[in-house]
Amino acid sequence: MHVINADIVIVGAGGAGLRAAIAVAEADPTLSIALLSKVYPMRSHTCAAEGGAAGVVKSNDTLDYHFNDTVSGGDWLTDQDAVELFVNEITKELIQMEHWGCPWSREGTGHVAVRPFGGMKIMRTWYAADKTGFHMLHTLFQTSLKYPSIKRFDEYYTTDLLVDEGTCHGCTAIEMRTGEMRQFRGKAVIICSGGAGKIFPFTTNGAIKTGDGMAMAYRAGVPLKDMEFVQYHPTGLPGSGILLTEGCRGEGGYMLNKDNYRYLQDYDLGPATPKPVLKSMELGPRDRLSQAFWQEQKKGRTVQTKWGDVVWLDMRHLGEKLIDERLPLVRDLSRSYVNADPVTDLVPVRPVVHYMMGGIHTDINGATPITGLYAAGECACVSINGANRLGSNSLGELLVFGARAARHAVEHVKTARPPSEGMIDAQAGDAEGRIKNLFKLTQGKQRVATLKKEMNLSLEEGCGIYRDEKSLQETCAVVEGVRERYKDIALEDKSSVYNTDLYQVLELGAMIECAQSLVESAIARRESRGAHQRLDYEARDDVNYLKHSMAYYNSNGKPRIDYLDVVITKSPPAERVYGAAAGGQKA
Amino acid sequence: MSERTIQLEVLRYRPEQDKEPVFQTYTVPCDPDWVVLDALNYVKDEIDRTLSFRWSCHMFVCGSCGYKIDGEPKLGCKAFLRDYGDKIRVEPLDNFPIERDLVVVIDDFVEKLQSVKPYIIPKEEKPVSAGEYMQTPAQLKAFKQYSMCINCLLCYSACPQYGLTDQEFIGPAALALAHRYNMDSRDVGRKAREHVVAAHEGVWECSFVGACSVVCPKDVDPAGAIQQAKFTSAVDYITSLVGIGGK
Repeated sequence: MHVINADIVIVGAGGAGLRAAIAVAEADPTLSIALLSKVYPMRSHTCAAEGGAAGVVKSNDTLDYHFNDTVSGGDWLTDQDAVELFVNEITKELIQMEHWGCPWSREGTGHVAVRPFGGMKIMRTWYAADKTGFHMLHTLFQTSLKYPSIKRFDEYYTTDLLVDEGTCHGCTAIEMRTGEMRQFRGKAVIICSGGAGKIFPFTTNGAIKTGDGMAMAYRAGVPLKDMEFVQYHPTGLPGSGILLTEGCRGEGGYMLNKDNYRYLQDYDLGPATPKPVLKSMELGPRDRLSQAFWQEQKKGRTVQTKWGDVVWLDMRHLGEKLIDERLPLVRDLSRSYVNADPVTDLVPVRPVVHYMMGGIHTDINGATPITGLYAAGECACVSINGANRLGSNSLGELLVFGARAARHAVEHVKTARPPSEGMIDAQAGDAEGRIKNLFKLTQGKQRVATLKKEMNLSLEEGCGIYRDEKSLQETCAVVEGVRERYKDIALEDKSSVYNTDLYQVLELGAMIECAQSLVESAIARRESRGAHQRLDYEARDDVNYLKHSMAYYNSNGKPRIDYLDVVITKSPPAERVYGAAAGGQKA
Repeated sequence: MSERTIQLEVLRYRPEQDKEPVFQTYTVPCDPDWVVLDALNYVKDEIDRTLSFRWSCHMFVCGSCGYKIDGEPKLGCKAFLRDYGDKIRVEPLDNFPIERDLVVVIDDFVEKLQSVKPYIIPKEEKPVSAGEYMQTPAQLKAFKQYSMCINCLLCYSACPQYGLTDQEFIGPAALALAHRYNMDSRDVGRKAREHVVAAHEGVWECSFVGACSVVCPKDVDPAGAIQQAKFTSAVDYITSLVGIGGK
């Protein structure tokens, strides 16, 4: 097998991977970097982030405010040392992005503009119209082209980590153009492979969000942390699941039920004022808004459409000028996909799976328990998001922790010891063997699309906005069944050139692992907190569950679930308060 | 799901078995909400596992799913079945070698993108601690449109010059991106980009057919960017002749 050597191997070239690569190149230009991705960098899903990135920059704001919003937004499951560090570093990262050319929207004075966002006490979300993630991704990608030490391997699908005696020495990846397996040897590996929203049927996530990196680390022995916390974004277009940014509400959009009533005032988020008030009503956190939809649906107050139940997003009062200036993509998408022009029409929306709070367990430096293995971005769980991420903290997270993981990897490389060659070669050989076996299997009875659909529907059914023991156990049984039947899939495409049948089979394998860790963690957590709402355990239980779920891989069956204490530094757990009691200012 | 069906004629090319590309026809349901990409995914999931194509975001922003649809370069996620007839022809983008089925080799574009130095070249390095650069909304507007390119390559597929010159022409998206940085108030890199942009293969190769701007799904207007760049390049040339180019 062809071996490619690099000092640092980065898996994933979205926002976190590119930021990490640049950070390595700047920290030490003599280090060689191999940047692998199953897609070209600009296709990475960071491009779909719309609303913005939060960072304290205005004189009425403080780091403590951002800290408090994030910790309470996460229902106290956030690690407070990580959040302190995050709020302290993010603004510098956003300024760095500005220096690299990110086209942030501006105030008349020339200063960077900020907009209000859900669950934030002060306006602090930097934005580039409603294409912030797109602009950040392209700015990072284009900037990365400056550095000769970054060698990209576009369209390489990474399959396995190479780990010897608790230390990571690289990975194996398939060059998609030729189907050839390559061995990437590195003194450190940073996984930046994104989330796993595609385990659900209705999601804002792109096709590539299949949890490959999460599953790869999990199989190698790293626990997946807090996987039961899945964010539903309250405003997805029905049918397609396309995201309409929280910026719609930040700019003043209303959520209405079938009676044209601003129903959020019935869920401790009021009063309903005509102008947006921070931390109130439509500017409440995503978990609360998505839960309110579910409650309205139960009460029969949602609107029935051919796409299922929806509520209305009303932006008509914002006017064409503002919509075109700040929400142009929203207008384009709404008109194309649901034939509704936000300038003149109500836009149908419903909650949609958007983001995984959980992921690969890391410390505040992005380090996993395996020496030399790091993770950052949505695939990782540091954790700054706890039980519910606030909108506009994920773009910040990929910058801060992408850079941080990179700098620590650079330090690690200085003292890293070489692997036992034979051991690593044997592992790479095994990885290649598993792929070859997939090609040999001819009698498979199972189909990728069927298994994926069964798993998808079962997760939505039993592991959605609200869950209980019965629904979770049913989903658990389906996922176990799918995991068993997965062994009986045969490739129908035997080609070695860009074989998407093969990659979809591998992706499904990763999704099954993510789904199983999610369901098992959800069953074990007998409380309601943030995005994990159990109808049979309605209260938050700090005595037993103020801790992170840690799911450990078990090749023969269910994962083992363990726990890790949450780090509390200065904010003791308290009640989350929104609406009038939050004392938010006018946005 | 409606009962109506359509015929999807997809150009297939599997280098290990096909001597040359051939069309294959699939019958798929015609859901009025569907885009061509949904129809392709139906084929992949339900009919033929061997069909290969790129896609991801399904919301006009990742740029993966550029195909030629009924002869025109389009994003698969923005081409609604309701706007087409009962037979829809889907082919890989023109002007790029076919890697497999609808997947094309885009190495040439990626090299060209890099060649225009698409990053801020500042007057002097400014530390992060010195804060942001001031940039007024008007200064932002001067380049913003040219920063919207999603690299979907529809413009390269439509560009007659890129095809005629056998990929020598730098092409619309890369030139628009060079222009984007040249027009950015934080950048002084125009000279550093000039040897590529103002070279024969650069803006002067463009015959101003404007097809690139017509097919652009993001209204970037690469043709406009190239015309503006030609003008600045000409002014540069003239000022250098009369010896008043002080830059």
